[in-house]
Amino acid sequence: MNRFLWPLVGFIALVSFLAVGLTLRPSEVPSPLIDKPAPNFTLPQLASPEQTFSPEGMKGKVWLLNVWASWCYACLEEHPVIMDLAKTHAVPIVGLNYKDVRSEALAWLERHGDAYTLSVSDTQGRVGIDFGVYGVPETFVIDKAGVIRYKHIGAVTPSAVRDTLLPLIRELQQ
Amino acid sequence: MIPEIGHFSLILTLFVALAQGGFALAGAANGNARWIAFARPAARVQFLLIIISFASLAWAFVAKDFSVAYVAQNSHSQLPLFYRIAAVWGGHEGSLLLWMLMQTGWAYAVSVFSRQLPDAMVARVLGVLGLVAAGFLLFVLLTSNPFERLVPPPMEGLDLNPLLQDVGLIFHPPLLYMGYVGFSVVFAFAIAALLAGQLDATWARWSRPWGTAAWLFLTLGIALGSWWAYYELGWGGWWFWDPVENSSFIPWLVGTALIHSLAVTEKRGSFKSWTVLLAISTFSLSLLGAFLVRSGVLTSVHAFATDPRRGVFILLLFTVVVGSSLFLYALRAPKVGLGGRFDLVSRESLLLVNNVLMAVAAGSIILGTLYPLFIDALGLGKLSVGPPYFNAVFVPLMVPALLLMALGPIANWKSAKVGAMLKRLYVPAAVALGVGIATPIALGRWSPMVALGIALATWIATAVVIGIIERMRATRSGLLAQPRSWLGMHVAHLGIAVFVAGVALVMGYETEQDIRMAPGDTVTAGGYDLKFLGVRKTPGPNYVADMGDIEMSRDGKILRLLHPEKRTYTSSAMPMTEVAIDANGLRHVYVALGEPLADGAWSIRVYYKPFVDWIWGGCILMALGGLLAISDRRYRLKKRERRASSKLAEATS
Amino acid sequence: MKRLWMALLCAVIAMPSWATASNSEKRMLDIAAELRCLVCQNESIAASRADLAVDLRQQIREQIQAGRSDAEIRAYMVQRYGDFVLYRPPFKATTLLLWLGPALLLLFGLIVLAVSLIRRKQRVMNALLSEEERERADALLQHTISTGKEP
Repeated sequence: MNRFLWPLVGFIALVSFLAVGLTLRPSEVPSPLIDKPAPNFTLPQLASPEQTFSPEGMKGKVWLLNVWASWCYACLEEHPVIMDLAKTHAVPIVGLNYKDVRSEALAWLERHGDAYTLSVSDTQGRVGIDFGVYGVPETFVIDKAGVIRYKHIGAVTPSAVRDTLLPLIRELQQ
Repeated sequence: MIPEIGHFSLILTLFVALAQGGFALAGAANGNARWIAFARPAARVQFLLIIISFASLAWAFVAKDFSVAYVAQNSHSQLPLFYRIAAVWGGHEGSLLLWMLMQTGWAYAVSVFSRQLPDAMVARVLGVLGLVAAGFLLFVLLTSNPFERLVPPPMEGLDLNPLLQDVGLIFHPPLLYMGYVGFSVVFAFAIAALLAGQLDATWARWSRPWGTAAWLFLTLGIALGSWWAYYELGWGGWWFWDPVENSSFIPWLVGTALIHSLAVTEKRGSFKSWTVLLAISTFSLSLLGAFLVRSGVLTSVHAFATDPRRGVFILLLFTVVVGSSLFLYALRAPKVGLGGRFDLVSRESLLLVNNVLMAVAAGSIILGTLYPLFIDALGLGKLSVGPPYFNAVFVPLMVPALLLMALGPIANWKSAKVGAMLKRLYVPAAVALGVGIATPIALGRWSPMVALGIALATWIATAVVIGIIERMRATRSGLLAQPRSWLGMHVAHLGIAVFVAGVALVMGYETEQDIRMAPGDTVTAGGYDLKFLGVRKTPGPNYVADMGDIEMSRDGKILRLLHPEKRTYTSSAMPMTEVAIDANGLRHVYVALGEPLADGAWSIRVYYKPFVDWIWGGCILMALGGLLAISDRRYRLKKRERRASSKLAEATS
Repeated sequence: MKRLWMALLCAVIAMPSWATASNSEKRMLDIAAELRCLVCQNESIAASRADLAVDLRQQIREQIQAGRSDAEIRAYMVQRYGDFVLYRPPFKATTLLLWLGPALLLLFGLIVLAVSLIRRKQRVMNALLSEEERERADALLQHTISTGKEP
């Protein structure tokens, strides 16, 4: 082959990659914790801080951990979806109140409704870091053995619930 | 009304550009003198039309016409006048209009400064430039029109991003685009030569000043961007190997290879097809850069707000322009002749080693920048490639290039004697080794990296000085009597030496402290004492600032007050840091306010940056070298010469 | 003489970098500079002012106090955020091309240059030879024309 054709060949390869690149989402970070046991923790409950909660207590059940905060705008957007999901009683939802002030968090739940079985206070955000949380809201699907099976980044949408979360939850509950 | 004039002007320009492309190229192919003659006037009309368009957009900003969507997105009623004008290119759509201004401006320059070139050649060059302009105009008109109206018009604009409300915005994009777009001229010359089937040393001689001019603008643009990021982003860094920064640096590296390669082709007529490939590549990389920055495929703090439709269009433009050029190259390059012969050791071959090093460096940076995208596209996960990679890969490649910089200028064309060259390099080697070892010791802490950097910088600087002195002696004339292109080379190389010295010293001896300071606390940096006096509220034209007072003293003597600020702009909730810097050419003392803490204390960052100004000073010297080179006598047609040549033409006709 | 220079050079490069009094804050910043702030548009954890970055810097400080090594701290981050958080990509199968690429490119470039320089020399030599032959032929032709005799 004419050696002067190589630049064109290389160029075509480059453009193909760039074209695929246009379909990707570079700022979405997949979680390395998928299929790994959920990090253990013991945190005070939001409503009654003398009581604590730990993922150990949820073994044997499939459950959702939803990271939220009163200062988070997108959490407000997704809250109706979480409320609807809670009403179906398909799965218990535990809230991780991330880097928040207790009084403001309680007021937020008062105002917008409490979809959670319970919420825990992660005021320092340490547990969040253990779960690889980098933005709020985020939602984790955890199975009966306490292994993280899925992480939803950003606000949960009705289509995400319908097409991804519920099927997975049902499958894990078998 | 005026924005509509601007819009209409843009549409007219598109038609003129298409006509220019069509007629000029077809005319040159058929030898149709009338069509060929269309090229120059068409280029001038285009420039005029774009000026009208640009001026209308500027007027919309000055008059605070928020009914124009782009103005509403990037301006505010309280935005000061000079930022309102600079805001014209503060967003994606307007910056494309700036690009068009440069594109038509360079074409205008070609139409004016090309009297000595055959008309058919000029027609081809302008024709190619016209088609490129047309491509961009289609992009603007179809996806990124700055003149779109908002109905009903909002009462207030969203304001220019506070990060951009700075003098850097006034100069950085124009200089950068002058560089990016300037390389389209050499590109056009290359395509014109391939189309004509005529590629010889004359082509290189014509292209060279255009290449050097574009290169010097790009150098200044990048340097300014670095300086701006340094004081604007508040963490004292001047280069982060961010995808947007890399997008400008990659064409710079290939552009550097190009101007060196043009020297070989001009002098000896050799390696023409390689030089043509470089000419095509440099502008192609400018286009790749434009794509990366505006398409959203890479994450960057400098990127424009994006829309996938735009990404698709730029990719299309990129594919068509570069794909067709490389196809033409594959067709015509094999027919290009061989040129003069030269030995394995000669100035030509050393310049070609420079080319290899620059090309490999550019290739490596492209690899690192695009690798996360490759891996993600192949479904292999998400990776980050950052400064540790680029520094590890780039620095070792540059060491041989820096060593060669002293060798190249003393190597003879065609055939050089290694022994003779090495003999002339004993002094630079000795001085370099000495200064290289002595400097870190003198500055108090040994560091092999600093020693290496200073040694290389001294090696180049000494070779430059000796080269200049030897030539002045040999020709028995003064410094300014030497040919400017030769002086330019040395000044540019000296600029690199200054740059390398600055980088080595800053990275070797900078200090950073991020501490809590209560009013009355003192911290020491670089031998200076900085006392935090407190923070007070100060209003600005479109913001409210927390202004810090820091007393800077040395040995008990108070030198000055520094005022770092934390600004909250009326339009956006995002607080902006304004850094305070004390500079004296040999070091920066750099202070930035962090967060307010309890009891009037603040977290404050203090940096000591020795010789950091040499980084940008070196770049300015490089650009100065380029300027000297293009002002060389052989590019200036004196009036007498022109009259003489026209008389000769009359006499012989 | 050359050997003396080489020895001196080696000694110079091998001289240890005299460390300043070990500063755990500096160590934190050095580690943080190579980690990516995930909520930012391409900034390091050292440079960023985002809340998460401030939290992670504090985490690193605590880990340093607890006596963890740099590698352990980085592993801690990767465990939670994946390889994406490292600005220095790890050396593994998927990054082989990345890390070896530049060296391979350089090798390739230098080989191509050397080969093309050698080939060009041969080609130019061949072209010249036929030029020489042509000149000889011209000379013979001239001789024949001027003398009317065959050589």
